[in-house]
Amino acid sequence: MESDEDFMSVASSADDFLDTQASDDESLGEEFGDEFDGGFSKDKDIIATSRKPYEVDFKVLSPDDIDREQNQQINEVSSVLDLPPESSAILLRYGRWNREKLIESYMDHPEKTLEEAGLGTNFQGIPKTQVVPGFVCDICCEDGNDIETYAMRCGHRFCVDCYRHYLGQKIREEGEAARIECPGNGCNMIVDSKSLGLLVTNNLRERYHILLTRTYVDDKENLKWCPAPNCEYAVDCPIKQRDLHRIVPTVQCFCKHHFCFGCTLNDHQPAPCRLVRMWLKKCEDDSETANWISANTKECPRCHSTIEKNGGCNHMTCRKCKHEFCWMCMGLWSEHGTSWYNCSRYEEKSGSEARSAQAKSRASLERYLHYYNRYANHEQSAKLDKDLYLKTEKKMTSLQSQSGLSWIEVQFLDTASQALQQCRQTLKWTYAFAYYLARNNLTEIFEDNQKDLELAVENLSEMFEKPVPELANLKVDILDKTAYCNKRRVILLSDTAENLRNGEWSFNVDW
Amino acid sequence: MFAGKRLSKELLKLKEHLPPGISIAKSENLEEWQMDIRVLDENPLYQNQIYRLKFTFSSRYPIEPPEVQFIELPTTSETPRPIPIHPHIYSNGIICLDLLSSAGWSPVQTVESVCMSIQSMLTANTRDERPPGDSDFVSYNRRRPRDINFFYDDDNV
Repeated sequence: MESDEDFMSVASSADDFLDTQASDDESLGEEFGDEFDGGFSKDKDIIATSRKPYEVDFKVLSPDDIDREQNQQINEVSSVLDLPPESSAILLRYGRWNREKLIESYMDHPEKTLEEAGLGTNFQGIPKTQVVPGFVCDICCEDGNDIETYAMRCGHRFCVDCYRHYLGQKIREEGEAARIECPGNGCNMIVDSKSLGLLVTNNLRERYHILLTRTYVDDKENLKWCPAPNCEYAVDCPIKQRDLHRIVPTVQCFCKHHFCFGCTLNDHQPAPCRLVRMWLKKCEDDSETANWISANTKECPRCHSTIEKNGGCNHMTCRKCKHEFCWMCMGLWSEHGTSWYNCSRYEEKSGSEARSAQAKSRASLERYLHYYNRYANHEQSAKLDKDLYLKTEKKMTSLQSQSGLSWIEVQFLDTASQALQQCRQTLKWTYAFAYYLARNNLTEIFEDNQKDLELAVENLSEMFEKPVPELANLKVDILDKTAYCNKRRVILLSDTAENLRNGEWSFNVDW
Repeated sequence: MFAGKRLSKELLKLKEHLPPGISIAKSENLEEWQMDIRVLDENPLYQNQIYRLKFTFSSRYPIEPPEVQFIELPTTSETPRPIPIHPHIYSNGIICLDLLSSAGWSPVQTVESVCMSIQSMLTANTRDERPPGDSDFVSYNRRRPRDINFFYDDDNV
């Protein structure tokens, strides 16, 4: 019965494919073609195309690139609005770097925009430090005719020393840069970079600059810092939060770290961010403990106390409510008549509900464990990858001395080890992904791809563990297997990414 | 050093002239002062009461805000000082006031101006209540007021 249904659904969706292919434009047809093949006959095409379906456009930016980008926008706005660059910078930060909207709002209400951004409207005169006769500083209460003072355009004048202390406190202690206000009470004027440059030491100016760059990247949706420790690059990628249903945007930083642009976790293709979060949460919390309890214990049919049977006969007497029932069928013990200790009343109605609820829990637990064990296995192997990599390096050195191979010639081990790591990472997430997939004909193709990759990976892994003297002879084999693994990975990821983009997967959860 | 100079000047000025309803209770050193304040109008919530504020200064004062809170002296003492009832004052004396946070603080503020702000905060209040979650906050809070991230959601009181 079940297999009939499967067959029907395969047939009908195949029809759909043909229809779509006939009516749609050529490029879409081609994409469908690849996907429908499940990557058998057109493997070459997929690999040959420059951008694979699971890849996204992105650009890695160095701190200098980010600076350049910022300055370019600042200068642009500065020339359009005829404002000094340091003021344009404050305006842009206020408008979260949305140039068009900012220029528009400035054109409509220039004074209001300037006021709200914390710039004030008075652009006369060049702020400089000066000595003002009869001056008393409101911060330190010092007076004297030789005190160096400073005021921004708002006119709140303080001695340079206090200003410096104030800026130091804001930048160093509070990590503030983009929105440091005038020290004056209730004054919202933002301290601009030019004023800051006049007042603080190089050290502090550098820190200020770093903080500004940080807010720039944080403000822009298309920029994210590489999450690797001590990495100072950022990645520019056009994928928006709302696209994350259709795409898993893995990017690679200059520092070699692969991460997801959507959630900045480690690369988790093919599983989408939202499912990844659900999966991680599920693995963390004890929702499956509850399933274990219901799979391995029973509840007293009357008072619902949890009971685990750890031996003895089927005649149960609840310790709590003294209810007597049969462990096998959950029915009343008194209904058993004389067939004591040998329950054959499986079809009795009184126990059937309890039994089916338990069977459900048991099936759910088994299903979860099936995927979790495989997921955890690849995760564990991925952790061993680091050791593996170190071992590889050693192997490469000893291979060089034992077999007389050159450094270049032993690089294949490095390549193989990297391929292994990457494939395991992918495999790991295929299991989390599969946990949330509802079965249909697509999942079968998916599982085939998964199986192929897994087989290839285990094969390569086995070869890799061979003693050093044998490795030199296995070079061609290892190279072949490495290429094959990478190819299977590309096929699997292409297939899942295309289906995701086209909304073809059905899931057993809402996300 | 920075704080010391400024505080001695503030003290000098305060001793010359004290605003109505504000007096100095303790100012022997330059790390901690205590000030007594009372509400000037007829607000029935605070009639005939004097409240005591404790100011703690760091060496970075006035660049950094002082720590300010009410302290209680028992009714049996010579100078009884209760904690005023107010929707932004916890029963342990901690005050939730924007100008005392590093974001709301301006180095131009002084002990005098802080006292006056708190004075007017009491004057304007009509609600005979503590902040929501007062008992929990009072029993679990071990942090210093400056480390608490108050959420200044209500500018009306």
